[in-house]
Amino acid sequence: MTWIAIGTIADIPRRGARCVETPQGKIAVFRTADDQVFAIEDHCPHKGGPLSQGIVHGAAVTCPLHNWVISLETGKALGADEGSVRTIPVRTEGERLFIALEALASKAA
Amino acid sequence: MSEKLVIIGNGMAPGRMLEHLLEAAPDRYSVTIFNAEPRVNYDRIMLSPVLSGEKEFEEIVIHGDGWYIKHGITLYKGHRIVAIDRDAKTVTSDQGVTESYDRLVIATGSVPFIIPVPGKDLPGVLTYRDLDDVNAMLLAAQSRAKAIVIGGGLLGLEAAAGLKERGMDVTVLHVMPTLMERQLDPAAGYLLQKAVEARGIKVMTKANTKAIFGNGKVEGVELMDGTIIPATLVVMAVGIRPNSALAKDAGLEVNRGIVVDHRMQTSDPAIMALGECAEVGGHVYGLVAPLYEMARVAAARLADGEDKRFVHSETPTKLKVTGIDLYSLGDFADGDDREEIILRDASAGIYKRVVLQDNRIIGTVLFGETTDGAWFNDLKKKATDISEMRDTLIFGQAFQGGASSDPLAAVAALADDAEICGCNGVCKGKITGAITSKGLTGLDDVRAHTKASASCGSCTGLVEQLLKLTLGEAYNPAAVQPMCGCTSLGHDDVRRLIKAKGLKTIPAVMQELEWKTSCGCAKCRPALNYYLVCDWPDQYADDYQSRFINERVHANIQKDGTYSVVPRMWGGVTSASELRAIADVVDKFRIPTVKVTGGQRIDMLGIRKEDLPAVWADLGKAGFVSGHAYAKGLRTVKTCVGSDWCRFGTQDSTGLGIRIEKFMWGSWTPAKVKMAVSGCPRNCAEATCKDVGVVCVDSGYEIHFAGAAGLDIKGTEVLGLVKTEDEALEVIVALVQMYREQARYLERIYKWAKRVGTAEIKKQILEDVEKRRAYFERFVFSQKFAQVDPWSERVSGKDKHEFRPLATVGFAEAAE
Repeated sequence: MTWIAIGTIADIPRRGARCVETPQGKIAVFRTADDQVFAIEDHCPHKGGPLSQGIVHGAAVTCPLHNWVISLETGKALGADEGSVRTIPVRTEGERLFIALEALASKAA
Repeated sequence: MSEKLVIIGNGMAPGRMLEHLLEAAPDRYSVTIFNAEPRVNYDRIMLSPVLSGEKEFEEIVIHGDGWYIKHGITLYKGHRIVAIDRDAKTVTSDQGVTESYDRLVIATGSVPFIIPVPGKDLPGVLTYRDLDDVNAMLLAAQSRAKAIVIGGGLLGLEAAAGLKERGMDVTVLHVMPTLMERQLDPAAGYLLQKAVEARGIKVMTKANTKAIFGNGKVEGVELMDGTIIPATLVVMAVGIRPNSALAKDAGLEVNRGIVVDHRMQTSDPAIMALGECAEVGGHVYGLVAPLYEMARVAAARLADGEDKRFVHSETPTKLKVTGIDLYSLGDFADGDDREEIILRDASAGIYKRVVLQDNRIIGTVLFGETTDGAWFNDLKKKATDISEMRDTLIFGQAFQGGASSDPLAAVAALADDAEICGCNGVCKGKITGAITSKGLTGLDDVRAHTKASASCGSCTGLVEQLLKLTLGEAYNPAAVQPMCGCTSLGHDDVRRLIKAKGLKTIPAVMQELEWKTSCGCAKCRPALNYYLVCDWPDQYADDYQSRFINERVHANIQKDGTYSVVPRMWGGVTSASELRAIADVVDKFRIPTVKVTGGQRIDMLGIRKEDLPAVWADLGKAGFVSGHAYAKGLRTVKTCVGSDWCRFGTQDSTGLGIRIEKFMWGSWTPAKVKMAVSGCPRNCAEATCKDVGVVCVDSGYEIHFAGAAGLDIKGTEVLGLVKTEDEALEVIVALVQMYREQARYLERIYKWAKRVGTAEIKKQILEDVEKRRAYFERFVFSQKFAQVDPWSERVSGKDKHEFRPLATVGFAEAAE
């Protein structure tokens, strides 16, 4: 498994997200109120909305287009909606953040 | 290959039938629907709340376009079937589409009964059946002129209440001596008439229509006794009859409706019928519960599932007019073999009557207090012998067996198979079962999982009691709607407590008001952020992570994730240099669409997020600032050219518009605020449908407010006339500040004004000069912190993380 450095936790606002551009599209990297970090595809299972632009609450994000709520831990839609996005492994080493690229390549294959 | 199922009609009955069918046999049929109405399936019983303005059409859609796509159903909208060829097994629409079928379902519903009087075809004579009728009535209601509703039954009274709510002067004409005589006894009919009249609706009983008259359009109604009633709108709501003409033409057996057996089979084995057009066992039906039962039976038949048979049952009648509680069931005519128990409480406006035969309930009429309706219905259905509780029967369930004062006792005592939701046929056991097994905690959950209370909503109280009963203290059936799932407090309570407790941060609010979640949700956080911005302008640090993306990046997100940008054009006035600068930006950033907005400015659409700061930098150089087209805040002030150019202009409307916009821009408000200033009563700036508008007249400035021209259409109300521009500005600013301090988040001015009352607003803003001054000064103070151009801030580097990717992972790394 290849871990790719993407920056530090301080680069992401609390209860916010930043994007990582990859050959397979955008990955949204989230930082929760209690400094947990999650990465998921930046593509809502409903109509492809950019999840990185949503409001982050607990370990979930509300899509800015039609208010689907997606779990950052599982990538699954919460509530009565059904659907899921891919989650990407994240590791923190001190301040530094890494995402697992193997997971990226496997989708392209 | 799957069999071809063709359905004629797309109302509630066939919609429900398909839901059952797709559950039982999802792949068995390829389904085609022909809908004479040009739209999807919606909840027809909720048209009255749409007419009165309590709901939007979108809220009553049952199956959106996506549902048909998801299930691979072909829906022809606006296609009326004109012929059925039973030999060739095909149907043909008025648009010329012919489709073959293996199985055909006719669900053509009913048509309104038109009384055959002269003038019935005049423009301005409407029926009340579908959304087109509602839209036509809403259009007519804008005139706020006189309307006549012919028919004092369920539908007629709902139409009358809706039209009154929309500002019309309404008279109901009813041919019988009392209203709703088929569902109510004369005593209850009298009380109903009183309640309807108390809302300002005129009621004329024993009113027999002779003619509708008018020259080219409706001008009024003439009664048999010679009375003339002027009106510009006449709504006929005298009843419906099954729409069976098509079936009759096709040679099917038709009586009052299309004759079907107890499995919904017509005289042709390949054709079924259901809904209001069908006649089963000599009965035709108009209420939703038996129609849904037909849907269950028909679906079972189509799926070759269990052998279900339609059984006749009586359905209670409820009136969907807010504030009038009415329940009627069964037979309540007098008779020698019948007894009755009556309770009257004139001061409370309560009337209850239970009709008994052989110690069993056969009919019930409840007015003013209807909570025991379900209990009486249950006793009647089960034919329970009531002789034991006869003395206390009329006082309701709470008085039986030990006179429990617990309001939940009534619901607790209901059997598991007692029906709670009549529309969707959901019984108590199903609801409590879902609450327990699925861990449901609120009304919305129950609606999502069981459909109970999701149609007409009249059983909402019962469902809430079941929640309370099942969850105990964990459920708080608050009288007020909570802000969201994170709290049991409503918006008004939260606003009051923020001030009373001096709460000045979102964490403080959540801690002190005992939020149930650690950091709220996407509903409550933006609301709290606004309340704090409004209440503590100098002390609260705006929390951008609690703002919706548009307000966080000061542009409007589009469906593909790009953004649109609208610079301010003060009062809608621009110049060659401004237009040139816009043209240059459009070229430089290859902006795909440039659009003139309804608010007299220019929208540039399809800008990549990364480009936003550079776009703003270029616009800023030309003197542009943010137009806040994305904000719950002051949007635009439309103007006409006024006395500067127009030969009719009475005042400098352009100048006043620009002055208001320059004074108020940057302020955050509970929902968007759109304004306009017209230079004369010809009103070219369309000020009378704005949140706040000004119509200039010779003697000064007429201030308008509480208009709407979006989901709702509503003309403004006049706040008052002032003599000078300075006064106009002060009144407008004070009004907006009052709204800022009192409204619930996302509540437009017209909704807030309806809640607070125009009289109260006039009192505080026009009559109480001191109060007006105080509002004005609080607004001015808050503007000190709000009037900062967000675009130039971001050009200078604020929030730059928003506009750049965190990292770009190269193709080389990914390919390894």
